[in-house]
Amino acid sequence: MSILVILLAVVFLGIASGSIGTFTFLRKRALLGDAIAHAVLPGVALGFMVTGTKMPFFLILGACFTGSLSIYLMNTIVQKSKLKMDTAIAVVLSGFFGIGILLITYIQRNYGSEQTGLDKFFFGKAAAMLYSDFIWLFAICILVIVCIYAFYKEFLLISFDKNYAKSVGLNVRLYEFLLSFLTVLVIVTGIQIVGIILMAALLVTPASSARFWTNKLSNLIILSSVIASISGIAGSLLSYSISKMPTGPWIVIFLSLIAVASILFAPKRGVVARNLKSKRLKKKMFHDNILKTFYHLSEADGSFNTLRTSSELRNRRYFEEPKLSLALRDLMKLDLVHQSENKWGLSNEGWIKAKRIVKVHRLWEMYLTKHLRISSDHVHDDADTIEHFISPELEKELEKLLAYPDEDPHHTKIPYT
Amino acid sequence: MDFLDLNFVWISLSALLIAIPCSLVGVFLVLRKMAMLGDAISHAVLPGIVIAYYFSDSYQSIPMLLGAASVGLLCTYLIETFNKVGRLQEDASIGVTYTWLFALGVVMISFMNDNVDLDQDCVLYGEIAYVPLDTLSIFGALIPRAVVNGSFLTTLIALLLIVGFKGFKLTTFDPVYATAIGISITFWHYLLMGMVSTVTILSFESIGAILVLAFLVIPPAIAYLLTNRLMSMIYLSMVFSLVAVILGYILAYKINSSISGAIASILALEFLVVFIGLQIFKILRRRATKVSYSN
Amino acid sequence: MEKESIIEAHDLTVSYDKKPVLWDVDFKLPAGLLTGVIGPNGAGKSTLLKTLMGILKPDSGYVKLFGNKLDEVRKKVSYVPQRESVDWDFPASALDVVLMGLYAQKGLFKRINKADREWAMYCLEQLGMQDYKNRQISQLSGGQQQRVFLARSLAQNASLYLMDEPFAGVDATTEKSIIDLLQKMKNDGKSIVVVHHDLQSVNEYFDWLLMVNTRLVASGPTSEVFTQELLEETYGGKLSILSQMAHILKNLEIGRKEHEKI
Repeated sequence: MSILVILLAVVFLGIASGSIGTFTFLRKRALLGDAIAHAVLPGVALGFMVTGTKMPFFLILGACFTGSLSIYLMNTIVQKSKLKMDTAIAVVLSGFFGIGILLITYIQRNYGSEQTGLDKFFFGKAAAMLYSDFIWLFAICILVIVCIYAFYKEFLLISFDKNYAKSVGLNVRLYEFLLSFLTVLVIVTGIQIVGIILMAALLVTPASSARFWTNKLSNLIILSSVIASISGIAGSLLSYSISKMPTGPWIVIFLSLIAVASILFAPKRGVVARNLKSKRLKKKMFHDNILKTFYHLSEADGSFNTLRTSSELRNRRYFEEPKLSLALRDLMKLDLVHQSENKWGLSNEGWIKAKRIVKVHRLWEMYLTKHLRISSDHVHDDADTIEHFISPELEKELEKLLAYPDEDPHHTKIPYT
Repeated sequence: MDFLDLNFVWISLSALLIAIPCSLVGVFLVLRKMAMLGDAISHAVLPGIVIAYYFSDSYQSIPMLLGAASVGLLCTYLIETFNKVGRLQEDASIGVTYTWLFALGVVMISFMNDNVDLDQDCVLYGEIAYVPLDTLSIFGALIPRAVVNGSFLTTLIALLLIVGFKGFKLTTFDPVYATAIGISITFWHYLLMGMVSTVTILSFESIGAILVLAFLVIPPAIAYLLTNRLMSMIYLSMVFSLVAVILGYILAYKINSSISGAIASILALEFLVVFIGLQIFKILRRRATKVSYSN
Repeated sequence: MEKESIIEAHDLTVSYDKKPVLWDVDFKLPAGLLTGVIGPNGAGKSTLLKTLMGILKPDSGYVKLFGNKLDEVRKKVSYVPQRESVDWDFPASALDVVLMGLYAQKGLFKRINKADREWAMYCLEQLGMQDYKNRQISQLSGGQQQRVFLARSLAQNASLYLMDEPFAGVDATTEKSIIDLLQKMKNDGKSIVVVHHDLQSVNEYFDWLLMVNTRLVASGPTSEVFTQELLEETYGGKLSILSQMAHILKNLEIGRKEHEKI
């Protein structure tokens, strides 16, 4: 088969597994999918042994049979015994795979060496695909797309809130069955390219990565299909160009790279973005504390126009040194602070900000003493943290609730603008 | 019977010396509801094993073993990190992590194919049939290396389990209470995962990376269905392993197929028989009580 | 003369998934009392007990038990988790579970001897469970499971007992026998803190009350604080501003501990 057809096939598979896998992921059935993939092996072997041919139709039929049987068994084990889902999955996965290995080895040793073609089911071999496989793949991809399009709302409901779906009279069992059926079909076709052992990755890793980029189900489905397809193309190209390279593992490696990149670098949900956000917050708090200290110094000596040295600031509140000077420079860029020689003062805007921080700090202290019954000598620390996070709306609510108090619990004046 | 020769003794003995430590750690995996973590570890140690093979031909040396076991712990740690730091849901963390490490291992094997005595078949179902060929001379007697290693492994796991029995029991049953009385659940968790990694690695050559899971999980699962006592659960799972090893060997011999595959199949069969038997028993008992009511 | 305080909580703020569930909780508890912790569902009662027991780490504030850090006095404190927090299908007998209470004093590596067994049996008897010692724990009723947990706690022979909902799923007779036992323990000089749901029995059971709803509404002798006004405040829903603030903190995703260093 030409490389173009193979690539097309991989894209079809990517779309099918990426979209169906989104539901596997959302319904937290990643490991169930893994077990189904392993359980397909004895079915493939049985299909071959019963019919004596490698016709994809019979192999797929056998695979569908044992794949579905495995779902039934896992659910039954959990329902009818005290074993929990994890053990049920592990027992079914390893049991079926063991039987599969027994049968495949039996076939290899007793049907002659030309039958070793069944090997490709372990790690997948895109290049060994037959034309009929390609047709199957295309058909299943279309089927999956049509089903998801037709039952989008139903699938969404049972994935997010099964109980609610039940309460509005949705036939949950029917749609769960349909989803499971489609999953088995996708797995059965997918194993020829990715292999049994790593099929779970094709179902779950694309959706896991996509989840970091979007909150919307339709986008999630599309993005995870795209990720699966791209990894599929990259993996098959690599295994096509280097001999003896299995397709499945390479596809999975590309998938995993995308997943790790998503976990780390996705905007908002990614680790780096979250760390940056927390750094920004810390910086903001540091800035707030400097502005506040200017206010406290002025409040203490009654002179609001005096410039202060950095050691004056540090005597009032603990600041680490190189950090303080750097932060003052930052504040100057923001026009909140101005400098003359070695002394610093607040700009008009700086005063407004500083006042607000002091105000919400004292309001919060009032709130804690009045509404949380915390004694006044215990409220400072809490307010020192919370002052940075009080939103303008909360500020208004606080003012209203406390009826614009003049003083905080320590009888210092609350500055209103 | 013609299969009752020295091969039979060595192969089934080495299988048993894998099955027993597997059951021992498996009991706690099942009780902790972490069976799939066992699955993940058994796949994920592959790159560790490949590297070990690459650097020495006898990968079962102690430093190599430790290295490979640390890959198992790394896998556990990665799953936790993806879950907690990366905020990826737990089942997906497991799925993403171990498929990735396993894929890495397979690719490494493909690259080193000519330099390393390790192929994909070995990964899938091991080479327990060749166990009698690779022997060590101990006090003049030729004993298969797998049997020597297996004895070492069994002793090690059994000792750890005896010494740490209360710790495993308490942290499995009631981790919150364990924390309250000052016991580190993290320590016991990682100790158990380290034991799972070690068992997996030492079993790898004989039964491959995937069938280990059958040895780890199925015997404890059967035993759990049958008993309410922790000790009897441990003993029973060893008994079911023993039976499966012997019947499995005979089955593989009779139909000329994979020994490890056959043992795993028998384990699955045992589970099925016990499970169905219990269901029938339940129905019969329910019927009996109904009859006695109607009388 | 005022009794020494057995628990001191200083400005405890505890978050769950970065969202504060306890806010600046600050109290001292006198020794030798039977104390009830009451408040609506989700008010942070269990969280408070877990924080006192060091199972959860507070974002800010600290706890002192017997005037010391927890690690120095852990052996004198016993904790009874909620019954639903464990899987009762675990293969163990009632006696097995009670014996686990001895690990606290003996450590994990000393053998359990005959005296230990007798002591564990004595603890089971205290709760009227001696006939069930070999019963598998999943075959016990909810009330019996609860009593096994209490027996395990007794086996620790502590001075301070923290119990998370020991009356949940327990029938009236059992509840009566358990409260009698707790009274007896109190008379022996033990201090007991109980998370409790049923307001009907509060007056009868407890000497002291901690009324919690995210913040501590009141801490004091039952006769003083069990009033209509304070009950309304405790059960009158969350404080709107406090909940909004908790929500903001959760969305910002940085625990309060981290800001303290700034």
